[in-house]
Formats: sequence, C-alpha cells, structure tokens
Amino acid sequence: MREFKILGVVIFFTLLVYWGVEPFAHSQMHPHVAPADFTFKDLGTLQKQGDPKTGADTFMNAGCIGCHGVQSQGMPAPMDNASASASFGVTPPDLSSAGAIYAENFLAALIKNPAHALKVEHKFNETRQHPMPAFYGLGDDLDQEIADIVAYLKSIAPKQMNGKEVFVDACQRCHDMKYDKMYTTSDRETLAGYMGINPPDLSMMIRSKGTEYLNIFINNPQKQLAGTSMPRVGLNEVAQEQVISYIEETGDRKKSQREAIGPKIIGFMLIFAVLAYLWKVKIWRELH
Amino acid sequence: MAHIRKAEGVIDWLDQRLAVKKLAKVMMTEYWIPKDINFLWAMGVVLVVLLKILIISGIFLLMYYKPDVNLAFDSVNYTIMQEVEYGWLWRHLHGVAASCIFLIIYIHMFTGIYYGSYKQGREMIWLTGMALFGIFSAEAFSGYMLPWGQMSYWAAQVITNLFGGIPFIGSDLVVWIRGDFAVADATLTRFFMLHVLLLPLAIITLVAVHFYALRIPHVNNQEAEELDFEAEAKKFQEGKKRESKVVPFWPVFLSKDFFVVGVFMVLFFYLVFYHYDFAMDPINFEPANSMKTPAHIYPEWYFLWSYEVLRGFFFPVGPIAAMDIGLAAFGFANVIFMIFPFLDRDPKVAPAHRRPRFKIWFWLLLIDMIILTIFGKLPPLGINTYIGFVAAISFILLFVALPFITKKDALGGTK
Ligand code: HEC
Ligand code: HEC
Repeated sequence: MREFKILGVVIFFTLLVYWGVEPFAHSQMHPHVAPADFTFKDLGTLQKQGDPKTGADTFMNAGCIGCHGVQSQGMPAPMDNASASASFGVTPPDLSSAGAIYAENFLAALIKNPAHALKVEHKFNETRQHPMPAFYGLGDDLDQEIADIVAYLKSIAPKQMNGKEVFVDACQRCHDMKYDKMYTTSDRETLAGYMGINPPDLSMMIRSKGTEYLNIFINNPQKQLAGTSMPRVGLNEVAQEQVISYIEETGDRKKSQREAIGPKIIGFMLIFAVLAYLWKVKIWRELH
Repeated sequence: MAHIRKAEGVIDWLDQRLAVKKLAKVMMTEYWIPKDINFLWAMGVVLVVLLKILIISGIFLLMYYKPDVNLAFDSVNYTIMQEVEYGWLWRHLHGVAASCIFLIIYIHMFTGIYYGSYKQGREMIWLTGMALFGIFSAEAFSGYMLPWGQMSYWAAQVITNLFGGIPFIGSDLVVWIRGDFAVADATLTRFFMLHVLLLPLAIITLVAVHFYALRIPHVNNQEAEELDFEAEAKKFQEGKKRESKVVPFWPVFLSKDFFVVGVFMVLFFYLVFYHYDFAMDPINFEPANSMKTPAHIYPEWYFLWSYEVLRGFFFPVGPIAAMDIGLAAFGFANVIFMIFPFLDRDPKVAPAHRRPRFKIWFWLLLIDMIILTIFGKLPPLGINTYIGFVAAISFILLFVALPFITKKDALGGTK
C-alpha cells in the first residue's frame, strides 16, 4: 500500500508540473480567439441571383483578364511572372478555380473592394492603392454584375480539386512549399517589398502551428497576427480543409506510419510489463 | 601467468582469460541491495534505459544530421523526419527521452533528498550525481540547438548572453563561447561537437564513477536502517532468504526494476507516438530567423525553475542592476544542490518523515520549485513577476535555513 501512496504522490506532482508548463502556460501565452468563420459574416451575403452566361461577358469586360489568366478557358496569364511581379509586387493568381475555392460572398466583396475583403486596409488607402483595383461596374446594377461574374467563375470552376491545387491557386503566389519542391511564383525581392516581410515557407507549418491555429489563421490572419500583411484569402470550408491536409501531408508525411506502429510498440511494452510482473512475483515469493 | 587448461566451453574459455564468473558475481549475483526499498529505487535503472535509448537513437540521427546553419534545419526536418526510413522515430525517441530523462532525474534526486541518501559516506554518490545533472543540462542545451529552429537560435542567444554578466571577463567570454560575435555557424558546430563527443564521454565516465561510488557505502533503504551487508548476505546465501535483509542485484532486484521499466516504457512510447509536443516544442519547427524575435522565449521545462530564479529579481537594489542580482541568484541555484550534503548538519541518516523540521522543509522546497517552474514559462507580466520574485527569494532562503533546520532536528532527536 505504501508503494501506491508514493506512486500517487509522484503522479500528482508530475501532472501538476505538466499542467503548469503545458496547457496552463499555453492558455496564458496564446489567448483564446473565436473559431474560424466560413460565412464571412462581416461581408454580408450575396443578395442577387447571378447568371453565368451574362457573367461571362461581364467578366471579359471587367478587365480581370488584364491581370489574371484563366487557363482552363484557354486564357493564359497576360504577363509572365517576372513582369507581373514587377508591376504588382505579387503575381495575380489564375482564376480557373476561383469559383470553387473561395466563398461566394467573399468573391463578391473582393471584386467590389479588394483591400476590404482581404482585410489589408491598414496597408492600402487612397494614396497607396491595392494593386487589384475595385470594380466599379459597367453601368448597370453593380451588385447584379458582380453576382453574374461570381456565377460565371463558379460555372467554369472544376468540381474536384486536391489540396495541392488549392495551394497553387490560393497560396503559391506568396508561399513556398519547399518540401514538396513548390516555390513562389512571384519574384522574391519584390514580394518581400510588397508584403513588408518574406512570407514563410509552409513546409513545416503543421508541426510549428498545428491544425487548430492554421484553421483560424488562414480564415482570418488578423485574429492571430493583428496587423499582419498576409491577406484574408477567403477560402471556403472545403478548400481550406484541403489546403491544411496538403500542409499536413507535406510537413508530417509519416503520420500514418507513426499511428500504425504506435499501438504495436505500446502493446509490446504492455506484454513485457505483465511478463516482468509475473517474473518478479515468482522471484519475490520466496523472499517475504 | 595463470595456467590455461583446455576450455570446457565458451564461458570457461572466457573465464580463464577474463574471470567472467568472478565479474558476474561482483557485478550481479553477489552485489547486495537492501530488501526494504520501494519503486523509487528503480529510477536508476530507468535512467540507464533512457540513456541507452538516447545513445542509440543519437547514433542514427548522427548519420544524417548536418551541422551547418544552412543545412541543419532541413537535414533534421526533411531528411531525417521524412526521407530516412523510421528517421522520425529516432528523432521522436531522442527528443522525448531527453525530456523524460530529466523528469526521472528530478524524481531520483528528490528521492535521494527525502531518504537522506547523500551523507554519512554517500557524499560521492551525491556529488557525482549532481555533476551528471550539470553535464546532462549542458547536453540537453547543446542538443536543443542542433535542429536550428527558432528556439534553438533564440535560447542559444539568451543563454550564452548570460555569461556576459560575469564581472571583468564577461563580454570576452561570450565571444569565446560563441566562437563569433553573434550566435552563428561557429556556435552551432562547436555545440555539435560538445553534444556528440565531449559531453557524452563525460556522461558515460561519470555514470561509471557514480555506480562505483555506490558500492562502498551501499544502497540506502526506506527506513535508513544501517545494515551489516556481509552478515545479511551470508544469511541469504545460506538459504535464509526470508530472514535476510538484502537481495542480490541479479535476479532479485532487477526483476522488480524490469517491471518498473516496463510500466514506464508504456507511458514513454505513448508520449513518443501521440503526445510529443511537450518535449519537441512546436516553435522549434520554425527555422531559425535572427530577424524575428519570438513572442515568448523560454527554455525547456526542466530549466524553468532556475530560469525563474534568474528572472525573479526584476528590480535593481541600490547600485546593483536587476540583471546582476538575478545572475548571482542563478549561479547560487546551480551550485547549491551540489553542496547539499554539507548543508545538512544532522549526522543521522533518516527519511524525511522521521525528521520533523526537515520534512516540512522538503515539501516546501518541492512546492517552491514547482511554482518556479510554472512561472518560469509564463510571460513576466503583472502579478506573475511578483510571484516569481517571492518564489525565487524563498528558494534562496530555504537553502540559507537548511543548516539551522537540520541542526535543530539533530538536537531534538528523530522520532
Ligand atoms: C490590375 C490588375 C488586376 C485586375 C484588373 C484584377 N486583379 Fe484580381 N488580383 C490582382 C492581384 C495583384 C492580386 C493579388 C493580390 C494580393 O495577393 O495581395 C489579385 C487577386 C485576386 C484574387 C485572389 C484573392 C484571394 O482571396 O486570394 C481573385 C479571386 C481575383 N484577384 C479576382 C479578380 C477578378 C474577378 C477581377 C475582375 C473583376 C480581378 N481580379 C481584376 C490584380 C488584378
Ligand atoms: C499575398 C500573399 C500571401 C498569400 C496569398 C498567402 N499568404 Fe500566408 N503569409 C503571407 C505573409 C506575408 C506572411 C507572414 C505574416 C507575418 O509574419 O506577419 C504569411 C504567413 C503565413 C503563415 C504563418 C503564420 C504565422 O503565425 O507565422 C501561414 C501558416 C500561412 N501564411 C498560410 C497561408 C496559406 C495556407 C495560404 C493560402 C491559402 C496563404 N498563406 C496565402 C502572405 C501570404
């Protein structure tokens, strides 16, 4: 019985230290923030019903393809990466998948006022304009035109995408994924100038930040890093899950192997402990 | 030269040349351990097992690790963690074992303090043990630097900077330790050398001395009873096993240790596979960046109590800067355990529960060190700084009081 009492004391103090330096300390260092919001409530909802056919024309006339390519529709990027970087600081992404990866109301808000939707208004203003201009409309009802563009983008978007494709379209203009040999499409120097900081390589983010943090951060960087220059990218829930699992596959490629052999080795040690116990009992029987 | 006969077998062949039978007796079957001990006496063997895991996993990691500021991070996080078969396993074993070994060292240390196993002939065991603690600390610190992550870099920056507080030679010393004016490639390569060569050599040597130091005064027991080991051993050998108060190291003592090791290993492997963040801090999976100071810089959990003694003194006293007071206190914290046997003025060996004042002192020390550990990690803001200060002062006062308390216990007699 005495041994159990001692064991209890050891376990108690060990757990106390663990609680203090892990869960408790982390709760103090990283205050809790609200969970990810995939409805993008602050941007309102899309009021108008868009028409993809009209949208196709509106899109062509809205000037988007002056900067963006739409590869799937046979429209290559108008500029090569180097000159696009030089003009905008960052390469404008290809829009083939925009309708699939971004939330609908986010896309609409982005077209209307990029700096606002992207939550980078602290960086851009009247004198320093965001490189993507706001769309002021072609003369008809602006909200209708935007709804049409969104409907068009959705109509051409692929039905199925994988995490890597989401990364290419949503993140690669700024970030590397070195461990998957993916590198930013922008020129590093102009990008650093544009962002004010080098966007970090995302290869090990799953281990350094963890899924929970990533989920909140990508959804709205300002919540975790107030004042950061990384835009709110506006991914919908599915696309964000995919990109996080891509980050995980790249940074923690051996997770499944780890989880597969874990129980085996722990089981082996359990059996070892039981056999050792039986042996001990046998040996000590004649001593007491 | 001894007369060599034709050997009857391998054992006999070896015995004629190496006296292996005698050796086995001395080391195993006739190495006598008191019977009245509990599982806390198995911590030594648990430590040996963890040390073996560290050495073996370390050898595998060493085959792929590249000590170069431009290559280190990727050699660990890409080559070892992703390319090499089971490289991740070696790394997890190494990281988790390093953290766990400190937990067990602390348990082992507090066991020694509780049962008074550091005096009356056992001083060398304590001294070599504390020397091991010191070298393990250096080993852990240098190892933490190797992946060259954010905390590798910034902890190295902060800790090497501490030496700058030493009067007169401080700033030169910092440069000498770093091998450069800032923490840089030269720092990494020399700490790599320390981690894989010099310190492990010192550890292995000291472990041998530590074990040897145990042989003469013998292992203590739960009631600190002074045993006549020869007489007790004789009883055991005559078959009066129940009556004898000692047991042989092999197989009796080890049979119990194997069980304790087995149970501990279940927990250990659970941590290795499923719960490793406490030992492999996520922030260190971010590459070192000298331009980006992390929001919170803190050492690994096992250094937090002494780190908090350093931070606790946050205000200057007269002409002495806060930093210098903290540094002096930090120095105090790091050597005071070493001279523990000489601070205890009670000549009798007895467990703490039979020493009325020392018993209170013991639990106060443990609680104070836990408070220091917890507050050592928290951001030093508001009330935290004051709690840290009180805990740091208490730590020092406890040790100042130790000689008086133990003296009083000695005069008052034990229960
Ligand atoms: C003058 C060039 C320009 C024009 C015209 C332009 N964009 Fe952009 N667009 C950019 C740049 C540059 C970015 C990247 C901005 C950044 O990441 O900071 C961008 C980003 C985007 C994004 C990605 C936003 C995100 O959440 O990551 C979408 C979607 C987009 N544009 C759609 C459009 C649409 C639709 C139009 C037409 C209405 C359009 N753009 C017109 C330059 C332009
Ligand atoms: C317009 C450029 C840009 C785009 C697009 C972008 N990021 Fe970032 N990202 C940044 C910058 C700049 C930082 C550095 C922020 C800082 O430290 O303030 C950053 C930081 C991060 C971080 C680290 C956060 C931290 O706490 O240190 C993660 C994770 C991240 N981005 C993920 C993503 C993902 C996933 C995507 C695509 C869905 C993405 N980013 C798209 C510019 C971008």
